[in-house]
Amino acid sequence: MRRRSRLPLGGGLSLKVEQGGTLALHGADLAATLDGEPLLPGRAFTVTTGQVIKFERPVTGLRAYLAFAGGLDVAPVLGSVACVVRDGLGGLDGEGRALASGDELRAARNELSLRKLPQAALDWQTGLSPADQETAIILPLVVGAQIAEFSGDSLYRAFNSDWAVDGRADRMGVRLTGPRLERDGAGMVSEGIPLGAVQVPADGQPIVLLNDRQTIGGYPRIGALTPLACAQLGQCVPGTRVRLAAVTPGQARRDYLRALKAWQV
Amino acid sequence: MAGAGIQTSDVPHLRLETVGMDTLIVRLFDSIEESNMGWVLAADSALRQVFGAALIDLVPSYTTLLLHYDVTMLEESEARARVSQALENLSPDNGQQGQLHEVPVWYDDSVGPELVPIATRLGISVEALIERHCAHDYCVFALGFAPGYAFMGVLEDALTTPRLKTPRQKVAAGSVGIADRQTAIYPSRSPGGWNILGRTPLTLFGRNAAGEPSSLFMPGDRVRFVSVSREEFLRQGGDVTPLEERS
Repeated sequence: MRRRSRLPLGGGLSLKVEQGGTLALHGADLAATLDGEPLLPGRAFTVTTGQVIKFERPVTGLRAYLAFAGGLDVAPVLGSVACVVRDGLGGLDGEGRALASGDELRAARNELSLRKLPQAALDWQTGLSPADQETAIILPLVVGAQIAEFSGDSLYRAFNSDWAVDGRADRMGVRLTGPRLERDGAGMVSEGIPLGAVQVPADGQPIVLLNDRQTIGGYPRIGALTPLACAQLGQCVPGTRVRLAAVTPGQARRDYLRALKAWQV
Repeated sequence: MAGAGIQTSDVPHLRLETVGMDTLIVRLFDSIEESNMGWVLAADSALRQVFGAALIDLVPSYTTLLLHYDVTMLEESEARARVSQALENLSPDNGQQGQLHEVPVWYDDSVGPELVPIATRLGISVEALIERHCAHDYCVFALGFAPGYAFMGVLEDALTTPRLKTPRQKVAAGSVGIADRQTAIYPSRSPGGWNILGRTPLTLFGRNAAGEPSSLFMPGDRVRFVSVSREEFLRQGGDVTPLEERS
């Protein structure tokens, strides 16, 4: 794994520049400003000593990424500087401590040649939010795992109802609320869980498991969202309406490779 | 999965299932048996070898392996073909049963609140319950739940105990528990619903010689619990703070 060079951001963060350099911002539009002037996602920008970067509130999407030229100067743990508070791994101190007021972020090196992102990568931004309140975001899902154990009615409802993104959501998983999904089957033996797995606990309300998920689990699953769908779901604020749509692994792969290509400069 | 090769009576149902855009599950068995592990470990090393750089992650469990391949390198059909190739003529890895760990445990009511209730239910003394928990070498089937958390089994039938109806909010690090036909140790303080019998002073997840976080136990290892006194538990650095919440 490569060293992470991005810092995922929520609202309310304020950063003061101690030493000038080049940064880049992408992902959600969190109403970011540099000394009060709007910073648009999808662009690199230079900062000078004393300037202040602020993130006010989610406008479009939920998570933005601030990139440091050359990455952050932090010792990686298990190949990454990503921070997992729950397990005490990674982050600035390697022990999983979340960023706090007064912390200092240092870029590893600061020389680079700036390149312009292709239009396709900039357009990605606009797909983060539903066009209007009535239109659900479509989340492609590769069906599989224990799907055959769910009732026909439940499966019909799973793919033909709107689901609401619940407030109980983090990097481990996102709950969806909607019709109750019922399964007729015995308890299952715990097995490995893929990214995007849609597991259904006894209450019949699905949980989509994301990047910080546990490695194995024993709840039945109807399949797994594609990586692109996971990225989209991670940008949905609570209350957003989503719909599950079955996709073949082959089609999912083609869409994924096309998305990767759009980002290549 | 036609053509792929485990053919002995030990492996009646080998199946390969799509579980995501870039993820397959190799399903070897339907129930938890110690004899599964030789096959799971053999499949683990064969799959690693055949996939090489195209392997992103491989998660072995009681009856399955989850295989995450690099979709920029392989199509699903190619990944399936590699699995078939890897598992052809597989034979169980029974010779190499992993490391044997002796785990000191202070079995006591104060740090193991279910010790007395379970002994009472079985109609045996606490000493007899401890003896029976220590009488067997357990197999590490899988790591999961939390870093360093090893699912071990199989408990003798009589010790089978359901999980607590209401999980505890906090189980102390080192707590040794049983649930169904399994036993495990909580590596760090966490919520948990297993029946707690005692506590070990060992660190189950920490830095290895290279300074990287690593788990003391690995799938295929064997674990033997050894009952120690409070004094010995303290001498080895154990924390005698009682479990706050009781079932």
